[in-house]
Amino acid sequence: MNDLYKSVPIKPSEITPYSLYLSRRDFLKAAGIMTGSALLAACAPKGTGSTLPEGEATALPVKKDEFGDPANSFDDITHYNNFYEFSTNKEAVNPLSKNLKTHPWTVQVYGLVNKPKTYAIEDLISAFTLEERIYRLRCVEAWSMVIPWNGFPLSKLLKEVEPTSAAKYVRFETLMDKKQMPAEGNPFYEWPYQEGLRLDEAMHDLTILATGLYGQPLPNPDGAPIRLVVPWKYGFKSIKSIVKIELVDKQPNTFWKTTSPKEYGFYSNVNPNHPHPRWFQNRERRIGELQMRPTLMFNGYADQVAHLYDGMDLDLWY
Amino acid sequence: MKKFFTRYTPLQIAVHVYAWSKLVILIYQFFTHNLTANPIQALEQRTGRHAITLLVLSLACTPMNTLFKWSEPLKRRRALGLYAFMYATIHVMIFINLDYGLAWSLLVQTILQKPYILVGATGFLLMIPLAWTSFDIWKKRLGKTWKHLHQLIYLIAPLIVLHYAWGKKGDFFALTGDIIRPLIYGLIVLLFLILRIPFIRRAVASLPSRILFLFKKRTLPSEA
Repeated sequence: MNDLYKSVPIKPSEITPYSLYLSRRDFLKAAGIMTGSALLAACAPKGTGSTLPEGEATALPVKKDEFGDPANSFDDITHYNNFYEFSTNKEAVNPLSKNLKTHPWTVQVYGLVNKPKTYAIEDLISAFTLEERIYRLRCVEAWSMVIPWNGFPLSKLLKEVEPTSAAKYVRFETLMDKKQMPAEGNPFYEWPYQEGLRLDEAMHDLTILATGLYGQPLPNPDGAPIRLVVPWKYGFKSIKSIVKIELVDKQPNTFWKTTSPKEYGFYSNVNPNHPHPRWFQNRERRIGELQMRPTLMFNGYADQVAHLYDGMDLDLWY
Repeated sequence: MKKFFTRYTPLQIAVHVYAWSKLVILIYQFFTHNLTANPIQALEQRTGRHAITLLVLSLACTPMNTLFKWSEPLKRRRALGLYAFMYATIHVMIFINLDYGLAWSLLVQTILQKPYILVGATGFLLMIPLAWTSFDIWKKRLGKTWKHLHQLIYLIAPLIVLHYAWGKKGDFFALTGDIIRPLIYGLIVLLFLILRIPFIRRAVASLPSRILFLFKKRTLPSEA
């Protein structure tokens, strides 16, 4: 499995040193103790959970997003996952997804394109230069993380297959295999998981297909071997373990919109001004922090993506 | 030790051990960092679930007596109800203190905006007078009113199940989404409430003797 990734150019500086990984865990423990005392005292302290201990922060290069917030630990990113094909329980996903067979794996790109093609996963990974993208991930459940993905812009793949002028949307589909993904037998949802983007959203440079994180092959609970990452939309838009990418002319159905159309729209842009019946969307808890922080329009990517929605009433097109 | 077991019945021990062990496990997991990457949410969800479970168990006591003529659960009803209230209180405290950091205006806004929190808060507030008057002295003092007051639980239980169902992803009434657990709790509560409707209770209570009667009638002639 690992020799697959030998050709992938990842700078040594991009890989988190083990000592830093350890120090993050120490820090999390410290944060946990803070939380504990807060529980006993029945009041939340004012401290921010994400500030690294002094000295460490300057001594070692920490992966940070453009706002200077540190990336979450590999441990958190791989043990707190919404992946309903395995379980609705976020901690159960990691053990349940352990045996997911991600090789051989093919991704079929088809539909309204001039050059439809089925890619073997290793061809996809070697065909495009992998970049590191440190993105915020905002879950609709009001928690967030910072994740250092490795991947390539979806636009590069789409340009290769040449969408026809009739193509308006891109539809993505997750592997359907009840033997490997037991919860796909859950009759309260419509399987397989599918997602969609408008073509211009799909072509946007921020939209990537991720095949790794922290310089490692994408871990199973995070959607191995290949997933979508659209950082300005709620996390569920970033579909995992993709097997099909179809170019279509009509807005495709999406998993959560089908499940509960009143709560989830096709666009699902992170929008602090559009309330959700269950979770507040104007604030979020960054994993590892105690206090809430305000949620930013388009998850902080407004400068890059707001123009995509010019003239649209985002309360209507949620 | 023998004295201990003659003084306390197995059911009594089970109730107390069950209720406290859940809290001990939670505290242990909290301090050993085994409560997911999002411990506040995990604490909220688990205390909530324990509260509902204990509430449902307290509702099970009367039907146990009606159905199986097993009267001991009636004596454990108060403890189960109070434990349910204890977990509900911890649940609410975590929500107010840790999750919202005592930001009251934000809290009021949330309660008014999110129906599932409004329903849950109503259920919790209604539980307070019940817990307060759960002691013998109040039972005596209130007389008949006490029984009527405590029948509020027939309203509280469905409210809490609704709170749970709406708090889960999906659409409870369209039967889509993450609703299996709340659905099960809902059906159990419904069953326990139906078994309290007088004519159903009487029918169910007399069922064993009626079956026995039929059985006897058939066997008698052959004996003769």
